[in-house]
Amino acid sequence: MTYFIDRRPNARHKSAVNRQRFLDRYRTHIKRSVEEAVNRRSITDMERGEKVSIPARDISEPVFQHGTGGRRTIVAPGNKEFVEGDRLRRPGGGGGGGAGEGSASNQGEGMDEFAFTLSREEFLDFVFDGLELPHLERKSLVDLDEVRPVRAGVSRDGVPARINIVRSMREAQARRIAMRAPIRRALREAREALEVEESKDPVLRNPARIAELRVEIERLEKRLEAVPFIDTFDLRYNHLVNQPMPSSKAVMFCIMDVSGSMTQAHKDIAKRFFLLLYLFLERSYEKVELVFVRHHTAAKEVDEEEFFYSRETGGTIVSSALTLVDEIIDDRYPPGQWNLYVAQASDGDNWDDDSVTCRDLLIKKLMPRLQYYTYVEITPHAHQALWEEYESVAAEFPARFAMRQIVEAGDIYPVFRELFKRRVAG
Amino acid sequence: MTRRKPIATGSDWNFETLAEFEREIARLADEYRLDTYPNQIEVITTEQMMDAYASVGMPVGYHHWSFGKQFLAVEQAYRRGQMGLAYELVINSDPCIAYLMEENSLMMQVLVMAHACYGHNSFFKGNYLFRAWTDAGSIVDYLVFARKYIAQCEERHGVRAVEQLLDACHALQNYGVDRYKRPSPISAEEEARRQKEREEYLQAQVNTLWRTIPGRPSAEALGDGHDEEDPLGLHGGGRYPAEPQENLLYFIEKNAPLLAPWQREVVRIVRKLAQYFYPQRQTQVMNEGWATFWHYTLMNRLYEEGLVDEGLMLEFLQSHTAVVNQPDFDSPWFSGINPYALGFAIFSDLKRLCEAPTEEDHRWFPDSAGSDWRETLEFAMKNFKDESFIQQFLSPKVIRDLKLFMVVDDDQEEMLEVKAIHDERGYRRIREALATQYALSVREPNIQIYSADIRGDRSLTLRHVQDSRRPLARSVYPVIRHLHQLWGFPVHLESMEGDEVVRRYQWPLPEEAAAQA
Repeated sequence: MTYFIDRRPNARHKSAVNRQRFLDRYRTHIKRSVEEAVNRRSITDMERGEKVSIPARDISEPVFQHGTGGRRTIVAPGNKEFVEGDRLRRPGGGGGGGAGEGSASNQGEGMDEFAFTLSREEFLDFVFDGLELPHLERKSLVDLDEVRPVRAGVSRDGVPARINIVRSMREAQARRIAMRAPIRRALREAREALEVEESKDPVLRNPARIAELRVEIERLEKRLEAVPFIDTFDLRYNHLVNQPMPSSKAVMFCIMDVSGSMTQAHKDIAKRFFLLLYLFLERSYEKVELVFVRHHTAAKEVDEEEFFYSRETGGTIVSSALTLVDEIIDDRYPPGQWNLYVAQASDGDNWDDDSVTCRDLLIKKLMPRLQYYTYVEITPHAHQALWEEYESVAAEFPARFAMRQIVEAGDIYPVFRELFKRRVAG
Repeated sequence: MTRRKPIATGSDWNFETLAEFEREIARLADEYRLDTYPNQIEVITTEQMMDAYASVGMPVGYHHWSFGKQFLAVEQAYRRGQMGLAYELVINSDPCIAYLMEENSLMMQVLVMAHACYGHNSFFKGNYLFRAWTDAGSIVDYLVFARKYIAQCEERHGVRAVEQLLDACHALQNYGVDRYKRPSPISAEEEARRQKEREEYLQAQVNTLWRTIPGRPSAEALGDGHDEEDPLGLHGGGRYPAEPQENLLYFIEKNAPLLAPWQREVVRIVRKLAQYFYPQRQTQVMNEGWATFWHYTLMNRLYEEGLVDEGLMLEFLQSHTAVVNQPDFDSPWFSGINPYALGFAIFSDLKRLCEAPTEEDHRWFPDSAGSDWRETLEFAMKNFKDESFIQQFLSPKVIRDLKLFMVVDDDQEEMLEVKAIHDERGYRRIREALATQYALSVREPNIQIYSADIRGDRSLTLRHVQDSRRPLARSVYPVIRHLHQLWGFPVHLESMEGDEVVRRYQWPLPEEAAAQA
């Protein structure tokens, strides 16, 4: 008795629970790998899995085993030149003897590391370690004031440039058919009557009637010709209506202080913050561009690598970066077409005089054009002038300017949520 | 014989052709008097195959991280192309469940059916170890019970607690086997019902055993030293247990003083599953050899009858050759003796020496040479395990064909010594050495429970009897740490050479014990 069962439609991932248990158990190891990956990868490159290695000895399942040493007898295949009583040198490395060599090296190589691949979701989960990423709704952060004309059928009025030729000609033809039909009918009747009249015996003909019919026919033919081929009445125009459209493009400016006081740890925290914002924007917009602006006393637009990993020293003038952002917006990102976001990370240091300049720059030039400005201050210390000036900006634009202090990496996510909660809810 | 038309050609299969091939294979198998359980052939996807792999071939498994680790390892290897998935996975159950992967070609499906559904299946049903140790009819039920029970424990006591307990049990599962007793099979409902009774009974028994321990209220409630209360004489002096116990998990389950009833049940589940897999660990060569022998025989019969065409046969031969390939010891592909190759060689040679015995065969196998091959093979399949099978049936011809040789690696000698090769003087010694190599008692260190200090500090002492001075690997510490976790009191392990203790291990480590005190 045999029967076949097609199990293919059954649930896959029977091992999903076990897999999750494994990942939970080695959370610390995996987190270390993931952290390395985060530092290595670009911000835009977070949405894929990662290969993770764990030292095999850390995850071995121990059982009682024979160690090396003592007297072992091994039977192996493939004898070529040995005869009984031959004495052989021990093959190098470890205690694996002659025939045991194969199995010894099998265990030796490739088994030091237990390697596997995390899926994208698992990877992101580890990036934000347990802090569940909320289901961010695909909702724009700001009011939609951008409009885009979209086709909305045809209409009778419009500008000549928008004439819909096919529809207009079709209307014209319909009108011609409709207008000519009664004339044609009358013409046909007149012609038939004339024929009848003419086919009669010459004696019985009525010349007056014939003349009358001829005049009638001529008149009708003229009328037929007078029906216009196209009339203004026929014209149809493509109709456009203005629809409010969220712009599908966003640009995110990352501004970071790279003066001597910012350590690599500060930058790593900042990177996480930028990453979160990027992931958030990426879900809301079709296209997100990144602009990296770093500054000390002077600002410079750089690529990501340089942004996070080059070291600079010297003082800090924040306004230099704000001015540069303003210029870049003017040059490349007209606010009508782009949603502009700025995220700034700093340790709070600034030239005292400069902070006021920053405030004015923000209030007068930048904020009116931006969707949102976030400022995170990565410092355990007391706030300085920059913070205070920014507070007045926040007071001016409570809905679009957000600032928070971060002390350590763990604060990032709560801060991020705090920053965006209000907006999403509103 | 009239040649018939091939059932199907090419590499595509469908359920009709599979069923038809299966019927033909069944007919031929019946001709050879192969006795099998009914077959349940399941077609699955690659991913499902990896799932099945990861749960070590249990169709229903409880949850544990180690299976997840296994899955990740299989997945990684498969994705990198380092490993093809084994073309068969068959479960010793009644009906016998065999998996066919949907990606397999027609030839592979036919081969797997012959190999698994008739080869392995008849081995499971016929071999004495499987008959004595496993109950094919109830295993799936038991697995369902185990999974449910462990899931309940996780709900009640937390995943972490159950996981730690399972870790400890898994470390000892090779020592969870009763080698000389056979339990009677029971079904899942029965098991669930009995489990309740057992919980209460076991706890009562343990309480009795430990009742002299001060501070345990139950011990006091039982009162003092009446003989009726101590029918086993456990407190009458002498060592406990009176005889060394080889079944570590069983001893823990029955005697560990601090385990809660549910923990004892989990220990029991791991022990039961270890027992289920115990025959498989001892019959690898025979089982694979037998299945390979039969797929080879059956495929050739299909070809002779014209039911498969040359193309399919060539594809089969290529695959078969790869399966029974034995790389030489100095080849980079060598990774020990291939059980398929060795088993197939022995069974094939056994058939040869039945049909066309030489003078040598008559000398070596007076009983088998020239006998009916079918009966002799069946006898060999039914009544042996790897160790005894090799000892009994490894013929000089197979030793010559495989060019087996024997090397002694003694850490007291500077050089290795070749003790025997494939010649007249060497056959017996090689045969003996190879058989020993497959003896479970030699492959795994011999460790038994020697005494439990039930009147003193409740420490547990194990003894390891060294085999040819071979020491324990470093993994001994994590294992006794697990054992300590189960036992709850200090665990000592003594390595014995003869009557002399050559090495002592203990957990907790001495300084920790000192620090605690």
